[in-house]
Amino acid sequence: MSENRTYAHPYIPNTVPEVRDAMLKEIGLASMEQLHDAIPDSLKLKREMNLPPAMTEHELRRHIDGLLAKNKHGAAYLNFLGAGCWQHFIPAICDEVNQRSEFVTAYAGEPYEDHGRFQSLFEYQSLMAELVDMDVVNVPTFDWSQAASTAIRMAGRITGRTVALLPKSVDPDKVMIIRNYCTPVMELRFVEIDAETGRMDLDDLRSKLSSDTAAVYFENPGYLGIIEDQGNQISSLAHSVNAVSIVGVDPISLGVLEPPSRYGADIVCGDLQPLGMHMNYGGGQAGFIATRDEETYVMEYPSRLFGIVPTEVEGEYGFGDVAYERTSFAHRENGKESVGTQTALWGITAGVYLSLLGPSGMQEVGETIMQKSQYAAKKLSAIPGVSLRFGGTAFFKEFVVDFNDTGLTVAQINQRLTAAGIFGGKDLSDAYPHWGQCALYCVTEIHSQADLDRLADAIQTIVHKP
Amino acid sequence: MKRIRRDHKVRQFHQAKWDEPVIFELHRPGERGVIPPAAEAGITAEVGDGIGRIPSSMRRSIAPRLPEIGQAKVLRHYLRLSQETLGSDLNVEIGQGTCTMKYIPRINEMLIRNPNMTELHPLQDGESVQGMLEIFYKLDLAMREISGMDAFSFQPSSGTQALLAMASIVRAYHDSRGEGDKRDEIITTIFSHPSQAATAAVKGYKIITLHPDEDGFPDLEKLKDAVSERTAGFVVANPEDTGIYNHRIREFTEIVHEAGGICFYDQANANGLLGITRAKEAGFDMSFFNLHKTFAAPHMCGGPATGALGVTESLKRFLPGPLVDFDGSRYVWTNQTDESIGKVRSFHGVTQTVLRSYAWIMSLGPDGLKDVAQIAVLNNNYLYHKILKIRGASAPYMKGRRLEQVRYSWKQLTDETGVTTEDITRRMCDFGLHYWTSHHPYIVPQPFTLEPTESYSKEDLDEYIHALEHISNEAYTQPDIVKSAPHNSTVHRNDESSLDDPKQWCITWRAYLKKTQPE
Repeated sequence: MSENRTYAHPYIPNTVPEVRDAMLKEIGLASMEQLHDAIPDSLKLKREMNLPPAMTEHELRRHIDGLLAKNKHGAAYLNFLGAGCWQHFIPAICDEVNQRSEFVTAYAGEPYEDHGRFQSLFEYQSLMAELVDMDVVNVPTFDWSQAASTAIRMAGRITGRTVALLPKSVDPDKVMIIRNYCTPVMELRFVEIDAETGRMDLDDLRSKLSSDTAAVYFENPGYLGIIEDQGNQISSLAHSVNAVSIVGVDPISLGVLEPPSRYGADIVCGDLQPLGMHMNYGGGQAGFIATRDEETYVMEYPSRLFGIVPTEVEGEYGFGDVAYERTSFAHRENGKESVGTQTALWGITAGVYLSLLGPSGMQEVGETIMQKSQYAAKKLSAIPGVSLRFGGTAFFKEFVVDFNDTGLTVAQINQRLTAAGIFGGKDLSDAYPHWGQCALYCVTEIHSQADLDRLADAIQTIVHKP
Repeated sequence: MKRIRRDHKVRQFHQAKWDEPVIFELHRPGERGVIPPAAEAGITAEVGDGIGRIPSSMRRSIAPRLPEIGQAKVLRHYLRLSQETLGSDLNVEIGQGTCTMKYIPRINEMLIRNPNMTELHPLQDGESVQGMLEIFYKLDLAMREISGMDAFSFQPSSGTQALLAMASIVRAYHDSRGEGDKRDEIITTIFSHPSQAATAAVKGYKIITLHPDEDGFPDLEKLKDAVSERTAGFVVANPEDTGIYNHRIREFTEIVHEAGGICFYDQANANGLLGITRAKEAGFDMSFFNLHKTFAAPHMCGGPATGALGVTESLKRFLPGPLVDFDGSRYVWTNQTDESIGKVRSFHGVTQTVLRSYAWIMSLGPDGLKDVAQIAVLNNNYLYHKILKIRGASAPYMKGRRLEQVRYSWKQLTDETGVTTEDITRRMCDFGLHYWTSHHPYIVPQPFTLEPTESYSKEDLDEYIHALEHISNEAYTQPDIVKSAPHNSTVHRNDESSLDDPKQWCITWRAYLKKTQPE
């Protein structure tokens, strides 16, 4: 028992001295120290750890709320940051379901005591399958970057080849994750994007395709917000060398944008965060992977895949693991990549989101986003010195704003916007130095016309040359 | 009235059974679950319908066949499914060994719902997230003290991703010394988590798996035979999933170091060690903690989670970045150099879990953390003592005390009754309890793995023991009741014959409708 405490700890019932002593006696021990006899004395820590003393629940609450109060958040500020984590409308039911004690604290139960977990994830797979128009979707992985990494490794195994081609417009952070995951088994090579349109340079793609190419990966909308309308040609080019076409998508666009399966994608991946997850400082990410229902593809997933089955009682739905023998759970290093704890609760939440929105809601949210982002882009590009980097190309919810002619850096503009209660777009000057001072702005359905006018007015004031 | 008798030893339980349809069957054309925000008239006047801008080839041609369902029906459906899920809040979840299913403090779940947490964007300027960064930094300090490591990254979002990051660091380290191609083997043990071997294989390594000696210890002589100039690293859990602590661990790490390899430690089984012994003193270069196990973050049906990855100073430059730092007045994210493995997950990891675990450490303090370790080991040895008395049960390997968990065997029970550990898995849920066997392969025959943690009272442990005794008794007297279980669960035994057949498996509802016909 702690010397600093004379009561049982609320989280540790057997710190009650009488109970603890009775249990020790039952197993034939005289002291708590004997429990750790197996550990050599030379390895034991012979001092108390240097950590702050315990707080009571009330003290803890004050302490943490006090720390969090130092943050400024995107609901109090106007937020135009996106770049892989986006602020969207979250239906209350999403929070209600993913805060349910049963779902929060379940883990690895069997299909019997956890029937609801299995069914919810099967339903998530099924709802997502309709959105992307493919027949197989996995229990989600960590994030879009992991989903893309695994899609590329799947393509490597399917083709027996080692090179993946990606456009240079992929998020540099995502490239870091994919590169680490693929090294040293696969190699990434980059395809130029058209300087005017931001779309993939098909001539450069042609020149880089070869019999080593396992996959061509591209995105819709891309990191820079652009709608890539050459999907059919890119997929055809990939297929012409028997490579796999992989498309990363923002799923909230799929009420209005054609799903990649209709322009030749063999594997579709992306992030679920827009479908009901709070930003949570990046903690809301979850990656999905989808394919056709072909054994060649299904057997290369590392993920859990839940399937529906009959039970021994007519009329009951049962659920279980499909092709479990694929996994590292079954065969360690001889399984497909690895599987373990991933992002199941966000999968369930995305299922709730899709079942609430339905086909009309998904179309409406896509339309609203496109209206508002175009409105914002129009207002901003009307400011003298401010323009759009790829103004001639259609975009979804993000667009690149070019501030080069203002004489100010993005950092300076963003600092002044913050003072006005606005988080400006992501500064791209580090990642794309040859573009000078550009920023990636994100506008979604949550922004009102007044919000967007306020942004335009603030930037107008900041860049105004006296 | 008469006094109601309450002397039964096993719980008279029945799981919720709602006979709930699959959500597509709730579809009624025209119903709406929620209306998303719309554009104001002023916006429409300016830009029209917005979608006119989409190139025609990219306009969605056929609407997604999502169901249309009123809001209350969606809520009711998912609440029913939640009731058909046995979370650790609802049961004495000591049956999921290796996963440290401890009490999830409700205060922590409330703290993470603060909009100053949920509505933060990960790319906000550091000045606007000082509170968040302070929590990252202070958790880093606490983790350093608990492990003896010198720097932590919270980017890995599970134990598996932490293992992948560690295997990546091993490769980066040897590459930096020009030995990347030569050192192509990673050594692990069979009683360690499958992801140790699997993630090393993802990073291109050949895997050498050590089997235990007759007492269940990793075999030192086999390690000596395995190391060579090809050794890149050695990854192990200690205690392993048997609950057996390898007291010669320091010799293991020395042998690997002498061969030029990196020693990395899977601390998934750390719950019995807090404040008792640390990774550093055992000679490890890297270690990770599962915050969703040892540090009381919930498992959330299988993530999101955090594998907090710590390294010694000499490996800090390889950690994924950025890393949190404190300059004496402000908290900042500091970028790593090109020597780093880059990133393993977008942004900074699962921040909610970082906050939960920081709060948990603050609610225990240094003495409370040591109580956790001691009571977890006490509870386990109490359980072990009692389970060895159950007919048909045993604990293979060494006979002495174990740490925080034990991998048991029903070999005798199976030999004598025909009842298997899988049958018992299905029977335990009839008593409102969860029970897990083991990772594959089943080195221990008819295995089951129990980890009681510090969270359960003596009465809770007794309830679990009584259920196992009851089932053992059933196995010897009326085995069919165990073999045909579950009887009191949401559904009955699955017909699993389609799950491995590409022509029959149905991974989505649309595939089910295509592949099956009504009779």
